Amino acid sequence: MKSIVFIEKNPVTGKLRNVSIELTHKAYTLSNPLKGEVVGVFAGDALPGNSDELFRFGMSRLLYFIDARLKHLHSIAFKHIFVEMIRSEEPDIVLFGATHTGRDIAPLIASSLKTGLTADCTQLYIKDYKDKGKILYQVRPAFGGNILATIITPDHRPMMASVREGVMLLPEERLNHPVKMEPFTIDFDESWVKSEFLSVIPKVKKVDFGSANIIISGGAGVGSAENFRLIRDLANALKGEVGASRAAVDFGFAEKDHQIGQTGSVVRPKLYIACGISGQIQHRAGMEESQKIIAINKDSEAPIFNIAHMGIVGDLNEIIPVMLRYLKEEG
Amino acid sequence: MQKIVVLAKQVPDTANITGNAMKEDGTVNRAALPAIFNPEDLNALEMALTIKDKIGGEVIVITMGPPKAAEILKHSLYMGADRVMLITDRKFAAADTLATSYVLAETIKQIGNVDLVLAGRQAIDGDTAQVGPQVADKIGFNQITYVSALKEFNDNYLIVERDGEVQTEVIKTGYPALLTITSQVNTPRYPNCRRMLQYFRADLRENFSDSDKLAAEANVWVIPTLSLDNLKLDEDRCGLKGSPTKVHKIKSIMLKGGDLKIYGTGQTDIKQLVRDIMKVYVEVN
Ligand SMILES: Cc1cc2nc3c(=O)[nH]c(=O)nc-3n(C[C@H](O)[C@H](O)[C@H](O)COP(=O)(O)OP(=O)(O)OC[C@H]3O[C@@H](n4cnc5c(N)ncnc54)[C@H](O)[C@@H]3O)c2cc1C
Ligand SMILES: Nc1ncnc2c1ncn2[C@@H]1O[C@H](COP(=O)(O)O)[C@@H](O)[C@H]1O
Repeated sequence: MKSIVFIEKNPVTGKLRNVSIELTHKAYTLSNPLKGEVVGVFAGDALPGNSDELFRFGMSRLLYFIDARLKHLHSIAFKHIFVEMIRSEEPDIVLFGATHTGRDIAPLIASSLKTGLTADCTQLYIKDYKDKGKILYQVRPAFGGNILATIITPDHRPMMASVREGVMLLPEERLNHPVKMEPFTIDFDESWVKSEFLSVIPKVKKVDFGSANIIISGGAGVGSAENFRLIRDLANALKGEVGASRAAVDFGFAEKDHQIGQTGSVVRPKLYIACGISGQIQHRAGMEESQKIIAINKDSEAPIFNIAHMGIVGDLNEIIPVMLRYLKEEG
Repeated sequence: MQKIVVLAKQVPDTANITGNAMKEDGTVNRAALPAIFNPEDLNALEMALTIKDKIGGEVIVITMGPPKAAEILKHSLYMGADRVMLITDRKFAAADTLATSYVLAETIKQIGNVDLVLAGRQAIDGDTAQVGPQVADKIGFNQITYVSALKEFNDNYLIVERDGEVQTEVIKTGYPALLTITSQVNTPRYPNCRRMLQYFRADLRENFSDSDKLAAEANVWVIPTLSLDNLKLDEDRCGLKGSPTKVHKIKSIMLKGGDLKIYGTGQTDIKQLVRDIMKVYVEVN
């Protein structure tokens, strides 16, 4: 079972995106028990600064193609290059990060290869299927997160799937695969460049969930944008990051970058404090893997209590100020 | 500008799922869900109409779906679409994105002289965001996904903003091109009253009684339908047959019970909670 992982870098920092590392490890856990290797594929204007990292998570080779024109997302060019790389490797599995880049290119590639692609998977595993031998089982939420569907691609190769950042966990241990970088040759056809990038404006990133051990999130129950200060104060006191439900974002209490859930970020902090959040399925999709969940909600029936480890049933306007006072006392 | 094709889908309103939306066996009870115009497809239609209003062109809305999907086509006519088409056939059922994009792409090729195709970024039932790019691949158009603003357009090119995750890209493209549109782009217009009067009887041919058919034809109330045979499609590439992905199983999401410790709201209880938080806090830092 050979896997290919689409390797992506953050165009602003020039470093690997976390999802590429997460998927390398995931591919390793799928392929290695079946004596298959994990091959990375990369195209761009320069290799990611820390590509060596990949070999410590189970990649055995990295195929790359470098060309200055690939600084920008010329979808058609990327499609041709990756289709060639995939054809030359004949993998069973191809994994993409479900980033705005992955979601742009992966469907083009699946269409060219006439194979299946399952978007935003939350679980991937290999099992026998009828007389087809071992295949990839791809679990993903559908219908606005209300159902979980297991999708298979029994008769086509490769079996392609995308996964969002933060969904697959990284192991503690590191591997020691030899670094094998392999330049890939392809005639770059000028006609693949169809867009002109007039300017690129980096987004100021205000939220960093990736490195936060603690996240304090506010929902519609916070009541107003001014009141959301309570959430920020609590986050400051605990040196945590501020999260929000979609309702809180829709009401303008917090900016979209803070949204956690199916259409926001997926987080797994050590501690997640949900304040005035009911815990609808789409919100839980982004946080239920947190190690400890604390819920503050005035409705004892709120579904958030079904996944919380500690809870207070009460008004957050009364509870959070007291918490802040004791936090100060405890230092 | 020659023709602008808008890809639109009727979807179950997944944002308003109620208790009876799931059947006992864990499958979706589609009948219990209201069917709506996929929200971002309305933004795509609005963009097409904005372009047409300024530089002309014919706006054609197409959808592949069951006869009921004609409802969104009627709505498109109310908003200002020049033409609509329902692509419908039992053999299209259970299509995944590869099979869907094959049917849509063939339709676009047969419409001919299309300069611009606009799709929603994603449909809220599957959230795959794959159909747009897969149509672009099959018709050989340039593609720009996640379009978040329309900056400038004329008969030779258009300039849009693309919402990348870490950056916003300002991109210029000539025609032909396919764009996928996010809800940030615009606010879809309301149906136009005059057009509502004009098209309120619009429907599929089969739904007119024999005596009304002539009048319906004469007044262009008939929403044209296209089938597998009309489009001369390869049956092996349509519907379930043409779909490499299969749904193996479906389960509705159940809440898992946690080991919940509930604190009271008295001062000492909150103090205890803070102490317990501090314990976790010390462990993690
Ligand atoms: C396709 C789709 C994608 C979605 N994606 C996301 C997503 O990514 N993230 C997300 O969060 N949601 C998402 N949603 C929306 C989700 O379904 C819910 O609507 C949303 O999570 C609700 O947010 P909330 O819990 O803040 O608000 P509500 O459900 O309104 O809950 C507010 C809670 O606050 C409590 N409360 C009120 N006042 C107080 C008070 N003074 N003190 C304490 N508690 C109080 C109430 O008891 C209630 O439980 C999505 C929906 C759809 C259909
Ligand atoms: N059956 C369909 N008929 C017409 N357009 C569709 C259909 N399915 C998807 N689309 C278009 O493709 C976009 C993305 O859909 P999806 O890949 O299902 O998320 C939608 O917003 C529509 O513009």
